[in-house]
Amino acid sequence: MLLEMKDICKDYPQGREVVKILKDVNLTIGEGDYLAIMGPSGSGKTTLMNIIGCLDVPTSGSYSLNGEDISRASENHLADVRNSTLGFVFQSFYLLPKLSARDNVALPLLYAGVKKRERSRRAEKALEMVGLGDRVDFMPNQLSGGQQQRVAIARAMINEPKILLADEPTGALDSTSGHQVMDLFDQLNAAGTTIVLITHEPAVGQRAKRVRRILDGRLMAEGEGGVGDAW
Amino acid sequence: MFENISLAFQGIWGHKMRSFLTMLGIIIGIAAIITIVSTIKGTNDQIKESLIGSGTNAVTVQLYQDNYAYTISNWNPAPEGVLPVSEETKEKLQALDNVVSVSLYCSRRVDSYDGDVCYGNKSYSGEIYGVDEHYFDAAGYRLRNGRGFLAEDFDSFRKVAIVDEGTVTRLFGGADPVGQILEIKNEPFTVVGVVSESTKSDYAIETYRDYTMYAQNTGGRVFIPLADWPIAYAFDEPQTVILKAASTDDMTAIGQQAEDILTDSQITTNQGSFSYKSDDLMGQAAQLQEFSNATNNQLLWIAGISLLVGGIGVMNIMLVTVTERTREIGLKKAIGARKRRILWQFLTEAAALTSIGGILGVAAGLGLSRFIASAMGTPSAVSYPAIAVAVLFSMLIGVVFGMIPAVKAANLNPIDALRRE
Repeated sequence: MLLEMKDICKDYPQGREVVKILKDVNLTIGEGDYLAIMGPSGSGKTTLMNIIGCLDVPTSGSYSLNGEDISRASENHLADVRNSTLGFVFQSFYLLPKLSARDNVALPLLYAGVKKRERSRRAEKALEMVGLGDRVDFMPNQLSGGQQQRVAIARAMINEPKILLADEPTGALDSTSGHQVMDLFDQLNAAGTTIVLITHEPAVGQRAKRVRRILDGRLMAEGEGGVGDAW
Repeated sequence: MFENISLAFQGIWGHKMRSFLTMLGIIIGIAAIITIVSTIKGTNDQIKESLIGSGTNAVTVQLYQDNYAYTISNWNPAPEGVLPVSEETKEKLQALDNVVSVSLYCSRRVDSYDGDVCYGNKSYSGEIYGVDEHYFDAAGYRLRNGRGFLAEDFDSFRKVAIVDEGTVTRLFGGADPVGQILEIKNEPFTVVGVVSESTKSDYAIETYRDYTMYAQNTGGRVFIPLADWPIAYAFDEPQTVILKAASTDDMTAIGQQAEDILTDSQITTNQGSFSYKSDDLMGQAAQLQEFSNATNNQLLWIAGISLLVGGIGVMNIMLVTVTERTREIGLKKAIGARKRRILWQFLTEAAALTSIGGILGVAAGLGLSRFIASAMGTPSAVSYPAIAVAVLFSMLIGVVFGMIPAVKAANLNPIDALRRE
């Protein structure tokens, strides 16, 4: 299994009380999977996403990624895992406004220690793959929302990650751009990239191969809760 | 590293106005320090140059009464019990370590109403010297016109005289004096040459002593061979000794040894508290330099406080920058930047900011010190070590005051950082 979570719990202290955000979450994801995690706000889906993405560590339970137990890994090791094994796509893109599309896409390679010339070459190739080969020198504010998100996807894919994590990737886009982004995800998955998607939009969730719902910190079994329900 | 530096410069260039205002504290502090250091160095160089001259290394040892140099004149005759320098004593002086040459001379102050030195019907006021063959070299004179004293002048007691440029102006009205006859104590002396001080520099008159030295120097001098001195005056007058040292650093030691030798051997009386003392020019220069350094060091501390204020300003702005760029930091951490990299990024940015401030401050300081020097007539000199230290120190300020903001940035939790909109 590429990703295996067993009895993951996450508590947050809130004042004197402890709030249980995640309760005994069990999740396995295999190579080439395309999973959508759906749930209303406050259900714990973002916390789950953070733990999957090695941005946060669980309070208890075990998490192994790519065959390695990382539930108690050091901060530096988690940074390296995020850099090499994971790719992130966020709702609001998070492109650095002072860097060109090429330099934004090349940023993870900088942290991986790749030489400058090689970084530029690979970044341009990645931008070509998302259909922005003619926009490499554009600054983020010269690009439309959909184009910016595609730059962000190119950045997420530049290190050829095992898993692409997307948190509401279409949340800030109009429906046409949203469709283009989802089409791109389909292509990437078809090419072998494992994708984990968080969304509350049923139309987006439906494009995944599998859907898991989360409610009040509990991850439901597949098929439970019903696809298409409005929250 | 190179990436960080280029990123830092992009960041600084991206906020030109803010960066400049942040640097201003550093610029002013460094400019103040460079101005002060330039003035200190200029003053020290000037003190050294005007007191020691350039390389004659001559130590003058002369007779003192209490703490005043004893000037012989018709009103102040040679004291009883002080002997002229014997051959034996002269040999002792010559045997001292690092002494290149020893020169003796007699001197008197003459006033026009004495009528001791006359040209035509004009009576001369100034100093008259009886000098030996080493004198002009040891005292730093250069022949301007005519000839110097020859061995025959001394051997056959020729009545010849050499005058300095002050005398040419005062007594000869600027006309060429060579070949003219001077009457010294009613004896005719033929002027054979004109000399001037080769290491003459305009000095800043700061004390009464400087003033009297200056007044004497410009009063004019007439030189005759020491052998002729008894023709005009007495043959048992005490002499002044000029010792030429091998190097500037030997001057103080030679002066002190010569003082002891001369005081022991030449003074045979307990009356009048006479002694031989050296013009310890090195010592005087060091004292004056110390005095100017002491006052200026306090200024340096005050300028240092303005650097502290500048550093706090940098820290303040860097903290604002970190807050503003929380999302950038969060994203960088999310895509794999380690803590240390974020730390270095902000430290580099702070250090680049203060280094640019330091360089601008050095430029402003050099300009300011030159402006002050030309406007107020104070000396100023560029001190390259001070410039290097100032730039390095301003870089250090960036590292020190950038530390807290950089640590804050490095410790940001990526989840919180990304969530903040």
